Amino acid sequence: MANSAGTPSLTARSAPAATRRRFRVALAISAAAALAVLCLAPLVGSTTIDYGRAFAGASPDHEILFDTRLPRVLLALVAGGALATAGVLFQALLRDALATPYTLGVSSGASLGAVAAICLGWRDVGHLPALWVAAFCGAGLVLLLVLGIASEGRRMSSFTLLLAGVSINTICLAAILFLQYIANFGQSFAIVRWLMGGIDAVEYSTLAWFSGLVLPAVLLIFLRARDWNLMAVGEDWAAARGVSVSRLMITGYVLGSFVAGSVTALTGPIGFVGLIVPHALRMRLGADHRILLPCAFFTGAAFLAASDTVARTALAPTEIPVGVVTALLGGPFFIWLLRSKRRSLWL
Amino acid sequence: MSVLFSLRDVGIEYDGTPVLVGVSLDFRSAEFAAIIGPNGAGKSTLLGIMAGLRGGSSGTCTYRDAPVSRWNRLAFARRVAFLPQSVRMEFPFTAEQVVLMGRTPHCDGLFESPADWDAVERAMTLTDTLPFRRRDFRSLSGGERQRVILASAVAQQPEALLLDEPTTFLDLKHQVGIYRVLRELARQGMLVIAVTHDLNLAGTFAGRIIALHAGRVAADDAPQNVLAPELIHGVFGVAAEVHRTADGRTWMLYGE
Repeated sequence: MANSAGTPSLTARSAPAATRRRFRVALAISAAAALAVLCLAPLVGSTTIDYGRAFAGASPDHEILFDTRLPRVLLALVAGGALATAGVLFQALLRDALATPYTLGVSSGASLGAVAAICLGWRDVGHLPALWVAAFCGAGLVLLLVLGIASEGRRMSSFTLLLAGVSINTICLAAILFLQYIANFGQSFAIVRWLMGGIDAVEYSTLAWFSGLVLPAVLLIFLRARDWNLMAVGEDWAAARGVSVSRLMITGYVLGSFVAGSVTALTGPIGFVGLIVPHALRMRLGADHRILLPCAFFTGAAFLAASDTVARTALAPTEIPVGVVTALLGGPFFIWLLRSKRRSLWL
Repeated sequence: MSVLFSLRDVGIEYDGTPVLVGVSLDFRSAEFAAIIGPNGAGKSTLLGIMAGLRGGSSGTCTYRDAPVSRWNRLAFARRVAFLPQSVRMEFPFTAEQVVLMGRTPHCDGLFESPADWDAVERAMTLTDTLPFRRRDFRSLSGGERQRVILASAVAQQPEALLLDEPTTFLDLKHQVGIYRVLRELARQGMLVIAVTHDLNLAGTFAGRIIALHAGRVAADDAPQNVLAPELIHGVFGVAAEVHRTADGRTWMLYGE
């Protein structure tokens, strides 16, 4: 037991520098991965196109590259990054490494909205598809409902949040099953297709408002990274370090649900990204959310966009549901990661 | 010495069962107080109320003349640190990252300043935790973990440190070492309040012992006055022999 403070050792002096270096390297690698997917994924597809013609603006090559493939890749990047971010956040809030963006019901709410729109044949609002609007509203309703149930007065704990979220999730899933049961054949097919999740080419205006909603929320989540560190250890732990736990819990739930709900409204539920990416990164980078969150965003983006590229090209012209690809690619990789003992930044 | 914590008639009950009844105590800076008592006597509850983590108590508990419940959490955390009995860790934080979390109330940026790292360095030196600073907290032994969470509380540089059984899992050397550190912190001006089951360590290092029994203060005095056979029997229901060393310190044998 040392009694004096002593002079800081050399290794200690370099500790903050090492932390920052690690942060930069991890961020650079994951951002490079996302950038690589952004540049390469639009170049492959079921149709062969002439890139000279595409960049010269000649039809149809130009339209295929810039109106079909690129927006789809961009949507996958934003959606994947957002799902991974929400996954990290919910895992920290619930102190459960198996939590996903879907654990707390908001995505089932979105799905229920979409399924109701399919069954009741709701019409599009202006040029916004009815499915998106209904899914968005469903997610919002569930968010408010869970908040109302989970908060006792103005207090909220991870326990009440988990109970409220999981019960609402179950109720929504039951309602979806019921609607599917009473639906006719055509509707039933549409419902199944929605529930599989999938990325479609969207217009740039859609992409713009979608990113405009989701990315600021993701940024807000990043900026609270130190608070999520405290919450990931425990509520008393966080409270003893100056955090007002209930408020932070509500903030986290609203931000994460907003992100997950918005993504689900546009793409349907896509499994695995929000679970496997945070897990894999935590094994390599540790649990510090200041490193984990931005890396999860970029890695999730790269993973979903790459998976979607496989989904639309592997059995072209038939498309595989992207959720199938994320599970088939991610599952074995994850098992390999669990089995391998090496712990380094590089895989 | 200025009064930091002032408790007047503090009580709390859980589902109709009183856990604390009419507790009135004052704690000053530069004081090392040990709280002893049998399981369920209300020791941890009392500490939780003082740390502002347990609501629903009656009476008043003030820190620097303001009710603990009315303190801004952040301002309070800059002055008072709380050390839980144990921490159940779900994620792979390193020992150093756990200690760094103690700096949260002092810095508002995304990253710690050199001053923060210095505080961490000192706290880890003091608790002998530097050798495993980079290790996963979950891979540490019970005693090592306890020293790491103590380092986290020390790194918070509080003026009052509340500890719930800080030495339960420690080996002999580190038990003594931690108590020495706590006594030294008190000498430097910190208020240190530790809940403990080790009467001999409390008697050796603390300047004041508070015995809780069934939610009430059974004794509150200097160690040599509290650690008396009748009182120990009354509080714990255990026979004890008390011996005194030449320099006036007490040590006890418990048994039949």
